[in-house]
Amino acid sequence: MKHIETKNVNAYYGENHVLKDISLTMKANTVTAFIGPSGCGKSTFLRCLNRMNDYIEGFRKEGDIFIEGEDIYDKKVRVEELRQKVGMVFQKPNPFPKTIFENVAYGLKIQGVKNKKILEEAVEKSLMKSALWAEVKDQLHKSALSLSGGQQQRLCIARTLAVEPTTILMDEPASALDPISTAKIEELISELKENYTIVIVTHNMQQAARVSDKTAFFYMGELIEYGKTKDLFTHPKHERTENYITGRFG
Amino acid sequence: MKRTGEKIIEVALSTSGLITILTSVGIIWVLVSESFSFFQVVSVWDFLTDTQWTPLFTQKHYGILPLLSGTFLVTAIAILTALPIGISIAVYLSEYAPKSFRKSIKPALEILAAVPTVVYGFFALTVVTPFLQSFIPDLGSFNALSAGIVMGIMIIPMISSLSEDALYALPKSLREASYGMGATRFQTAFKVAVPAASSGIIVSIILAIARAIGETMIVAIAAGQQPNLTADPREAVMTITAYIVQVSLGDVQHGSIEYKTIFAAGITLFVLTFVLNNISFWIKKKYQEKYE
Repeated sequence: MKHIETKNVNAYYGENHVLKDISLTMKANTVTAFIGPSGCGKSTFLRCLNRMNDYIEGFRKEGDIFIEGEDIYDKKVRVEELRQKVGMVFQKPNPFPKTIFENVAYGLKIQGVKNKKILEEAVEKSLMKSALWAEVKDQLHKSALSLSGGQQQRLCIARTLAVEPTTILMDEPASALDPISTAKIEELISELKENYTIVIVTHNMQQAARVSDKTAFFYMGELIEYGKTKDLFTHPKHERTENYITGRFG
Repeated sequence: MKRTGEKIIEVALSTSGLITILTSVGIIWVLVSESFSFFQVVSVWDFLTDTQWTPLFTQKHYGILPLLSGTFLVTAIAILTALPIGISIAVYLSEYAPKSFRKSIKPALEILAAVPTVVYGFFALTVVTPFLQSFIPDLGSFNALSAGIVMGIMIIPMISSLSEDALYALPKSLREASYGMGATRFQTAFKVAVPAASSGIIVSIILAIARAIGETMIVAIAAGQQPNLTADPREAVMTITAYIVQVSLGDVQHGSIEYKTIFAAGITLFVLTFVLNNISFWIKKKYQEKYE
């Protein structure tokens, strides 16, 4: 089943044409990796999927993006509701300067959930899913900033899960982390796949190969190649893809 | 040749630093020594508890409370006026306004702080008071309310500018995290940005309070000159600063007890603003470490 579908997406920052005619589809409960050199448009494209570019001055988009059959740029769509369905994890862990509990409960609280019991259950469930519960269950009311970088990133994932999205966008989620924390995040991605559709941008090709089902290679704003990760890494169809994944440029 | 030149510059620079420090020390010395001889005549207890301040009358009372209450009343009105407006402006500029607008409007706002305070004083007396009288009939022509409101307008840029700096310095990623979970701009501004920048915002408020307590011309012109232990903003009050002006301008004999009262009042004022400045310094230092 098509979970995400984009049709001829073009994007501009002012005069800069940063995405050129991107059309692709992603299935539910899969992990899709976007790879490519810096400035190739992969992050911009990821951010189109939850309209995170809306507030950027001079940003303009053409073409259509459908998630679960809904045109997410349609005038009737409330961008806040869209982002509850399509959550996002960022490059650098960015917990709020609040307690661990407050961080995870934030998404529900802004939706107006006040019931303490519901909030507590949601916080526990989300922290369990992000494999952080055992480490923080006795310090839920400590500042999130006291956690290590890897823990902070899993907290950010828990925070995203608490709003019960169907899709999670990850923008280089492990690039600021040490190898052990990175391994934990990758393991987590494989587990989350059962219930969520995941799109991940990464600079790390081994990571893309390890965690993703399909991979899209972007270059200079164009989608050069898109296919099963296994095929793309072993038998790339395009020379550019091959050059990139073998490390000849990038 | 070059070495002597360097030396001269060094001496000149350190002298100017020294002059500032010596001036401060001199001011404190005069305040302390003059008020010391004041407190040999009037007990500290009387000074702090007597509810009347009438040093210039035959029936003399030296209770600072009416002046303190006047000062606090006007300051409170000023903060109540400036705080909501100042914070709203700060949030609007840092969270909503386009960059180009922010760049041009911020200096424009700061012009408010550049208006001479004597102009504000007459604005309060001749514009704001008559306007307020049109719907508060029993408002005196000198009153705490109008002086406080105008003082509030004066300190808006202090609050908005410093708070906006604090908000703008927050990492962009913090806001994105909030947007990413489906928060509106309003929720992001008030549930994430303002709490995260709270130390800077509180510092801006404290500095604004210190500024309001020390403000002289507006209250001397528009608040009346009556030491009045009251919390009613419609009445005329006298602040510490206004009292000092009144005595300094009058023909009180140098060295008399009436003359010394202004130093006692002055040191009270100094202690107030000194404490406030230190609190803001302490908050700044304590919470600044939290962010990289």
